[in-house]
Amino acid sequence: MTIQSLILLLPLLGMAALAIIGHRPAAGWINILFCAATFAASLALVFQVLDHGSLFALHQLLYVDAVNVYLIVLTAFIALTTSLFSRPYMAHEVSQGRLSDARLRLYHAMYQGFMLAMLAALSSNNLGILWVAVEGATLTTVLLVSVYRTPEAVEAAWKYFILCGVGIALALFGTVLVYFAAAKFMPTAGDALSWTELHHRAALLDPVVLSIAFVFLLVGYGTKVGLVPMHQWLPDAHSEGPTPMSAILSGLLLNVALYTLVRFKMLVDGSLANGSHHNPALAGHMMIGFGIITFLTAALLIHRQRDIKRMYSYSSIEHMGLMTFAFGVGGPLATFAALVHMMTHSLTKSAIFITVGHASHIAASQRMDKIRGLIRTQPAVGWGLLIATAAICGFPPFGVFTSEFLVLSAAMKSWPWLTVPLVIGLVVGFAGLFRHLHPMVYGAAPENQQAVRVNMLPVFLHLLLVLWIGLSIPAFLAAWFDQATHMISGSALL
Amino acid sequence: MLEQLSLPEQAVLLMAAMVLFTSFALLAQTRLIATIHVFAWQGALLALTTVLVAMVSHESHLYISALVTLVLKAMLVPWILHRITERLGIERQVETIIQPSLVLLAAAALVVFSYYVALPIEKLSALVTRNAIAISMAVVLLGFLMMITRRQAITQVIGFMSMENGLLFAAVTSTYGMPMVVELGIAFDVLVATVLFGIFFLRIRESIDSLDVDRLNRLSESEETAEPRE
Repeated sequence: MTIQSLILLLPLLGMAALAIIGHRPAAGWINILFCAATFAASLALVFQVLDHGSLFALHQLLYVDAVNVYLIVLTAFIALTTSLFSRPYMAHEVSQGRLSDARLRLYHAMYQGFMLAMLAALSSNNLGILWVAVEGATLTTVLLVSVYRTPEAVEAAWKYFILCGVGIALALFGTVLVYFAAAKFMPTAGDALSWTELHHRAALLDPVVLSIAFVFLLVGYGTKVGLVPMHQWLPDAHSEGPTPMSAILSGLLLNVALYTLVRFKMLVDGSLANGSHHNPALAGHMMIGFGIITFLTAALLIHRQRDIKRMYSYSSIEHMGLMTFAFGVGGPLATFAALVHMMTHSLTKSAIFITVGHASHIAASQRMDKIRGLIRTQPAVGWGLLIATAAICGFPPFGVFTSEFLVLSAAMKSWPWLTVPLVIGLVVGFAGLFRHLHPMVYGAAPENQQAVRVNMLPVFLHLLLVLWIGLSIPAFLAAWFDQATHMISGSALL
Repeated sequence: MLEQLSLPEQAVLLMAAMVLFTSFALLAQTRLIATIHVFAWQGALLALTTVLVAMVSHESHLYISALVTLVLKAMLVPWILHRITERLGIERQVETIIQPSLVLLAAAALVVFSYYVALPIEKLSALVTRNAIAISMAVVLLGFLMMITRRQAITQVIGFMSMENGLLFAAVTSTYGMPMVVELGIAFDVLVATVLFGIFFLRIRESIDSLDVDRLNRLSESEETAEPRE
């Protein structure tokens, strides 16, 4: 039994157990327990990878290197802190009569099922299984989005299902094309979908087929990243599902989808590098285009929101656009920046959603014009929201500033004229968030608005980590990011 | 060109044409039950193609995948859809397609486009594979078109499943099948998706009292259309 299989086995057991007893009062604790065990296992995996380098398991079906182990730890960590928040939050929802026993069981089982799908996607070495896992993540989150069974929730889940279903089908077509290009050169059929084997022989793959495949893959997995114009599902799913799910959707699922794209980009880059009459940076250019359009559109749309969770989900789209842009620019500096931004954004955004969950409980509404005077009613929530939003906007002491600054420097180096729309987008996004945030935290509190029981530990933990990254990236973390950068872009930064 | 091909290869080309034909039939068919039947035929053709390819390539795992396709795509999924329509009492429903001739013209254009995209692959592979890739891409795009032009939740889902048929067709004919683990995983996902879709129909019906997805319009940015929500 290797640790890699253990990381997948734990959520699987958790899913089975919670499918049976997920409605008991103790289920929240059991959920936390399984998440904690998975996190511990992922930490053990980190030490193994940092000591021995890349690892295979289960007949080479699982593969872990510096790139994905970092996302595995991040996923397990945020899932753990979100489960800490989920326990009292869901207890509150049950006491409000919004959930029955059966649905609570479904919620807990799907929480673990979602973890399983994401960890399987991250650690899989087989592109087909990677696809199956991402599809699995779609199916579990559809159930999570629709858990409240309101007409809005059903509508959101339907949109999510259809859009992501189509997206993921296109991604499968791209995967089939990659397999088609590879089948000739591989000793056995199984190897033709193995990412490590493909990467090893990327130069042999036909550049034309790979370019066509990448278009399908970018549109397909890009739907899950939330790239404009395939982003329509994302705000709906975030606003209508339970808040813990919004936190893990924004913090984790989008990262997993982007990670998948980056893996494919590495293959396409390897294949196009030797062709003389092809544009060798085709994949990067497409990602830059999609990234910057996504970034600007989302920044503008933040201004038009009235629902607090929709607003922050547009901010997630904005940041995913920025990361896609950075990965598209390529090169050590931009890749390093994108990796750091992935981490700082995930930590900050899940902290924000946790705070937003508390805020909407206080105001008993998700509409921003109903949420007022948070600092007066409950200072911890009000200040938490203010600080976390300042962090996500890229205010200096926090890590998001560091990563955005790195992205801007990378853009300045290779695409100087693109820094102008980037800076404008950042300012527009910042203005949009603060324009809505200001009355929510400072305004006068309505009569008889009561404080609720909150658990701000995850929020402050996340914000402290982001602050730490912003003040000084710890040496081991920098070395780790650098190792991942070396794997993705071919040369190290530090 | 055609004389150079062996008999099974010609048969595969014939199958490709038939699958494409069923895609057009799906686009043009307005009666719900008939649409489900055409979809079942498409699944059966896909299974038959898989058997043909298995006979040519002597890959024994393709027989299993043909069986899975037959049971799942030609029998189980259509049966589930059938049950759902009965339960919702909409078997006799006829859907109006806006501008049917325009839709079919667009479909023909998509087929031409697919061949245009597949053309550069020419030097890479034999005639059969090039046609197979072009046709499966066309089937995927036609499924997409069907999802766009239809308003009924069930026909949208059939469009989606026919996209998946196109994908499997590509996997089988151009590459002699993906590895078994992947196929099983995909089959499992398809099954779960169908069941989920079934649950959804009931819920959409409950919440908006119709399966017309045009009426799913509560979530939006603008002030006018969105209803106030608590």
